[in-house]
Amino acid sequence: MEKIKEITKKPLFLPIICMILVLLINLIRSRSFFAISINNGVLYGRLIDILNRGSEIAILAVGQTLVVAVSAGTDISVGSVMSLSACSCCMLLAGYGNNSVTTLAVPMVVGMLFGVLMGGACGAFNGALVAKLKIQPMVATLILFTAARAIGLLLCNNQITYIRYDKYKYLGNFIPGCPIPTPVFVAGVVILVVALLLKKTALGLYIQSVGINSRAARISGINSDVICFACYLICGVCAGIAGIVASSRIYSADSNNIGLNFELDAILAVALGGNSLGGGKFNLAGSIIGAYTIQAITTTLLAMGVTTDTAPVYKAIIVVIIVVVQAPAFKAYLAARKAQSAHVKEAA
Amino acid sequence: MKKRIFAGLLTAIMAASLVACGGSGSAPAAGGDDSSGGADGKDSGEAIVVGFAQVGHESDWRNASTNSVKDAFSKDKGYDLQFVDCDNDSAKQIEAVRQFIQDDVDYIVIDPIVSTGWDTVLTECDDAGIPVIVIDRTIEDSKKYISWVGSEFMNEGLASGAWLKAYAEAKGIKDLNILVIEGSNGSSAQIGRTDGFKKYADEEGWTILDSQDGDFTQDGGQKVMESYCKSYAGKFNVVVCQNDNEAFGAMDAMKAAGVSYGVDKDVILISFDACKAGLEYVQSGDINADFMCYPLQGEYCAKIIDQLEKGEEVDKQTFMQEPWYVAEDILKDITYTNNAGEEVTEELVQVTDAASQASY
Repeated sequence: MEKIKEITKKPLFLPIICMILVLLINLIRSRSFFAISINNGVLYGRLIDILNRGSEIAILAVGQTLVVAVSAGTDISVGSVMSLSACSCCMLLAGYGNNSVTTLAVPMVVGMLFGVLMGGACGAFNGALVAKLKIQPMVATLILFTAARAIGLLLCNNQITYIRYDKYKYLGNFIPGCPIPTPVFVAGVVILVVALLLKKTALGLYIQSVGINSRAARISGINSDVICFACYLICGVCAGIAGIVASSRIYSADSNNIGLNFELDAILAVALGGNSLGGGKFNLAGSIIGAYTIQAITTTLLAMGVTTDTAPVYKAIIVVIIVVVQAPAFKAYLAARKAQSAHVKEAA
Repeated sequence: MKKRIFAGLLTAIMAASLVACGGSGSAPAAGGDDSSGGADGKDSGEAIVVGFAQVGHESDWRNASTNSVKDAFSKDKGYDLQFVDCDNDSAKQIEAVRQFIQDDVDYIVIDPIVSTGWDTVLTECDDAGIPVIVIDRTIEDSKKYISWVGSEFMNEGLASGAWLKAYAEAKGIKDLNILVIEGSNGSSAQIGRTDGFKKYADEEGWTILDSQDGDFTQDGGQKVMESYCKSYAGKFNVVVCQNDNEAFGAMDAMKAAGVSYGVDKDVILISFDACKAGLEYVQSGDINADFMCYPLQGEYCAKIIDQLEKGEEVDKQTFMQEPWYVAEDILKDITYTNNAGEEVTEELVQVTDAASQASY
C-alpha cells in the first residue's frame, strides 16, 4: 500500500496514466492499432506513426517547458517560427524566386543550419523582449506569432517552394536502410541534449529559481535576465529544428500550413505533462509524454475515422478530462473525500 | 523609459511592416496609384481603372488567379489596376471595396472571401454607378453585381465520376472500393467535388470506404493516407484526392506503405486542380486523371469589361471551360449530365509536355 502511494505521488504518474488511458481506448476498440510490422524495409504501424508524427510537438514541448518554467508565460510564436525556419531553409536551398528545384543552390547542411539559425534569431528576439524589456511573454511573442509566417511567405516569394532532392526527404522520412523514422532520432537528440544540459549543469536549478522568484534569484547571484533569455533562445532553436523536420516531410516550405496551431499543442503538452503554467518547478519528461499523448489522440481519431471537423470536439473532451484529473483542486477534493471516508470508518 | 523605447520600437516595426507590405504585395498597384494621380491630368479618358479585391495568397492556384488578372489588366492593354490583397480578412475586403468607390474606379472585381454580408456595400457600388464583377467564389445575399465568372465544382466532381465509370469499364474492373481525401470542410470546392462524385458512386453502387478531411494540404493528405493504408490495407483500389497537394502527400504515404498507384497499378489515383506539378505526375502515369480547376479568370473579366464598354449585355454567370487531363489514351471523351441538367460530351486531354508547362 505504501509503495503504491509512493508511485502515485511521483510527478510522472499522472501523465503516464493519461497516456495509457488513451492507448487503452484503442486496445478495446481494435487490437490492430498495436500491430507493428516491417513493411518495405521500415517499421510500420500506428504506434510508429505516433512516435514519428509526435516528434515535432515533442521538440517544441522541450523548449516550451523551459519558457513556461522561467517566465510563467508561453511562447506563442513557435508555430510561426517553424514556418519561417522552413521557408528560410528552402529559400536558401532553392535560390530566391524558384518554386521547384531538383538541384540545390547551396549545400543542404548550410540551408538547414540557416533555418535553425533563423529559429534561434526569433528566440533571441523574444528573449530580449521578455528578459530585458520585461514585456509579458504572450504579448512579446505575439509579434512573431503574426509576423514570422508572413516573413516566411515573403522569403518564398508567395509560393510553396519545393525541394525535389532525395536527400532533403531523409530528415522527415526514412534514411535508406534504417527502419526507424528519422524524426524520432531528431526528437531523441534534442531531448537528450537539453536533458544533459539541465542535468550536468546547474541550468535546470537556475531556471527553477528564476521561475519561482526572479528577484530572489538575482539577489542570490543568478543573472535572471540571461537565464530567461537563454530559455527563449533554446525554445526558438527547438522551433527551428521542428520546422526543418516538418518541411522535410513534405520536401517543401508550405508557409501557410507548416506549424499551424502547433503552439497550442506545445503549450498543451506542457500542461498535460503536469507542469504548472505558473512557472517554477518543471518536469521535462512529463511534457514529452504529454506531447506524445496529444499525437496518440490525433492518431486514434484518424484511425477511428472521425472526420476532421468533429475531431477537435473529441480532442477537447479528452483534454478536459486529463486536465481535470491533474488539477490540484480535484486532487484536494479526492484527498478530502478519502479522509472523510477514513474518518467515518474510524467512527464506526 | 524602457516602455517608451519599446513603444518607439514597435511603432517603427509597424511602419516598416506597412512599407514592406506595400512594397511586396501590391507593388504594381503602388506604381499604378502614382501614375493614376498623374494620369488624371494627362490622359484620364484613356486608361480604364479597375479595382481588384483579391482573397489572399494562400496557394499556387490563388497566385495564378492573381497573376492572370494582373496580366489581363496591364498598363499596355490600356488598364490601370488597383490591386488589394485582403489576406483572407473579409472586413478588410469590404473596406477595400469602399476605398475603390471613393477613388471612383470604373470597374470593381471581387473574389469574395465570404459569401454573405455583401448587400450594403454592393448597393453603395450600385449607387455610385460602378459595375461589380465577381470571380471564383460566390455572393449569396445580393444580386447587385453585373456578372460572375468561375468554376462549376459540381461539374468537376461529376466529370471525375463519369471518367471513373468509363475507365473501369474499359479496363474491366468490376469492384471499386474508394477512399476519398476531402478538401477543407465547407469550402465550395470540397462540397461540389464531393457531391458530384458521390452522385456517380451512389448510382453505380461503388463502395466509398471512407472520406476524411485532408485540408487541401500535402501534409494533410499524407497523414490521412498513412492512416487509410493501415485501416484498409489491401481493401481499396481507388483514391480520390480533392486537390493536387493532397495527392502528392497521398503518393508519399502509399509509397511508404508499399502500395503501388497510377496507370495499371493497384490503385487508381484521381486528383483535382491540375497545377503544373500535378500534370507532370499525370504525364509520368502516377496520377490517372486530374480535373482542372481553371484559375485564369483575368481574360474572362477583361472580355466582360470589353462588352460593357461597348454597351453590350453580359451574362450573369460564366462558367469557365475546364479541361480534364488523363494519363492514357484509351478514352477520348466522357459524356455526363452536368449540374445545369444538360448532357455534355467533353474531351479528355492526354498530358503532353506543352500542356504541363502551360499550366500554372
